[in-house]
Amino acid sequence: MRTTAITSLLLVATLTGGFMACKSDNPASATSGPVSFVFDNVVGNQDLKLATGVYQNGAGESFTPTAFNYFVSNITLTRADGSQYVVPQDSSYFLIKEDVPATQRITLRNVPFGDYKAMSFVLGVDSLRSTMDISRRTGVLDPAGDHTSASGMYWSWNSGYIFLKLEGTSPSAPVNATGNRNFRYHIGFFGGYSTRTINNLKTIRIPFGSDVATIAPGRVPVVTLQADVLKVFDGVKRMSINANSEIMVSLLSADVANNYAQMMTYKRITTATN
Amino acid sequence: MHRWKLIGLLASAGLFACVVSCQPNESGGVGPVKPDPSQPVEYKPTPFPWKKPANFPEPIYKFSNNPLTVEGVALGRALFYDDALSANGTVSCAFCHQQSAAFGHTDHALSHGINDKIGTRNVPAVQNAAFYSSFFWDGGVVDLDLLPINPIENPVEMGHNMPALLNALRKGNRYRPLFQAAFGSDSITSARFLKAMSQFMLTMVSANSRYDKYVRKEAGGELTPGELSGLTLFKQKCAGCHAGELFTDQRFRNNGLSRDLNKDEGRSLVTLRPEDKYMFRVPSLRNVDRTPPYMHDGRFWTLDQVLDHYTTNLQDVPELDPLLRQNQTGKPGISLTVTEKQQIIAFLRTLTDTEYISDRRLGPPTF
Repeated sequence: MRTTAITSLLLVATLTGGFMACKSDNPASATSGPVSFVFDNVVGNQDLKLATGVYQNGAGESFTPTAFNYFVSNITLTRADGSQYVVPQDSSYFLIKEDVPATQRITLRNVPFGDYKAMSFVLGVDSLRSTMDISRRTGVLDPAGDHTSASGMYWSWNSGYIFLKLEGTSPSAPVNATGNRNFRYHIGFFGGYSTRTINNLKTIRIPFGSDVATIAPGRVPVVTLQADVLKVFDGVKRMSINANSEIMVSLLSADVANNYAQMMTYKRITTATN
Repeated sequence: MHRWKLIGLLASAGLFACVVSCQPNESGGVGPVKPDPSQPVEYKPTPFPWKKPANFPEPIYKFSNNPLTVEGVALGRALFYDDALSANGTVSCAFCHQQSAAFGHTDHALSHGINDKIGTRNVPAVQNAAFYSSFFWDGGVVDLDLLPINPIENPVEMGHNMPALLNALRKGNRYRPLFQAAFGSDSITSARFLKAMSQFMLTMVSANSRYDKYVRKEAGGELTPGELSGLTLFKQKCAGCHAGELFTDQRFRNNGLSRDLNKDEGRSLVTLRPEDKYMFRVPSLRNVDRTPPYMHDGRFWTLDQVLDHYTTNLQDVPELDPLLRQNQTGKPGISLTVTEKQQIIAFLRTLTDTEYISDRRLGPPTF
């Protein structure tokens, strides 16, 4: 009886110790920590305001965005010495939605301590994941999840994710069947499953300039990136809402993808404590 | 001594458990479903005995990702026949996929959805889905697990959206026990919904036509001399595209249909490749006698019209499949006499699988 009591005590002590060791912010034992990224969506030098902001694109067309969403995936961080940390793929899918502010700040956990000078990511969902078993596509990749998921960012009839969606109204858009002047850019296409199709996946590299994101005990770098909606129209090749108010499953999507590949810029690093 | 060994062992096990519980959840919710301790543990699904017909090729569907169970199939069946899958609760999958028509929609040239909306293409028969590498006339979906989202969300078909549909199923009391029985917990997720739909559709195997029994040398497999002549002609003249035991090579081809009234560009709409313009998937001919009307837009109502198309009415379009340019005469199409046409049609009728279209296990659920 007494031995049983001792055994139980020992077990409780061991278990408690084990669970305490789980605390990730234990400075004595941790070798990795979190880093956050803020995606600040802008239109030129103005903040993006859905449904109310009025902006002008390079073609001189006035427009008001009503939706701006994009996938960020397959993040890699580059250390000051040039070596890289590849975020485990299962933890590396994010959907940024302008109408869901919480999605505009993402946090990677368990990133090895160190100084990082650059990052890269895929704007979209890579072909492997795009064709993966549905049980491996949860969270933001769930075509049938909640308002933070791929619902509305997925083509059911031509299986694949919409990498970037920009919708809005514009006096330059022709009147559509609903009597409104809308424009809609839904850009996808991962290269095809059995038949080779166009591939609009873009890998975007973001150097932090002379700044360094230091991930260290008690220090959580917050890297702010800016995504400029104007670049969707004017990054490389000027697009006109009047000429093309709807670009979805079309070869023109390649031009829009080349444009938005230019839309991300590094803004600043701040440091939070944890 | 023995006692201390035991304590050591227990302590090690405890530590191991801690280490395991320390693993970061890399997958952000992809991990295994946590059992709900408040639910009684009664998860004992019965494996569903799925068997490949002896004369069929190997299935393409990855069964290892979705092992069939009696409970999973029952759930899929309940969903397949439920009007609640459409936005206004009027159209189930079975509305367009009727068993008597081998799960096609006879008497409808084009798909018919909620509020009497009409689609742009003919309803494909659901059969032998396990053996297909892509779905729909344009092959836009390559994974059976993703197929149901298409009709459910198509505004002119079921007009629903998946998140709202799943939320409605979660709120009702019908499905929680069915998900519990099929998957071990009553959590209703996209993956489970879709896998259950697949499970039921995978049981839709049509392989017991008189032709099948003839090929497998089984009782009831007698073909008449006319049907046998039709089979021989079919192999010579049609099997280039309607190949193998599925009666389709699953490729995308142009068969010279007139585009005067319908300019549907077919597969190129999903691939954006100019060479895929006006191409459509070669349909299976299994149960063809039960699945009129024919072609991607249901323009032909009888098999006679279909054969007249290939012999006489075919249009010499640039995209025409090379196999339809092999006539000695130089005229594109297939040369057949009136008698030969009738023999081919007689053979095609031997592909009707009456067991399939009357199998009660595929009919509406009785619970």
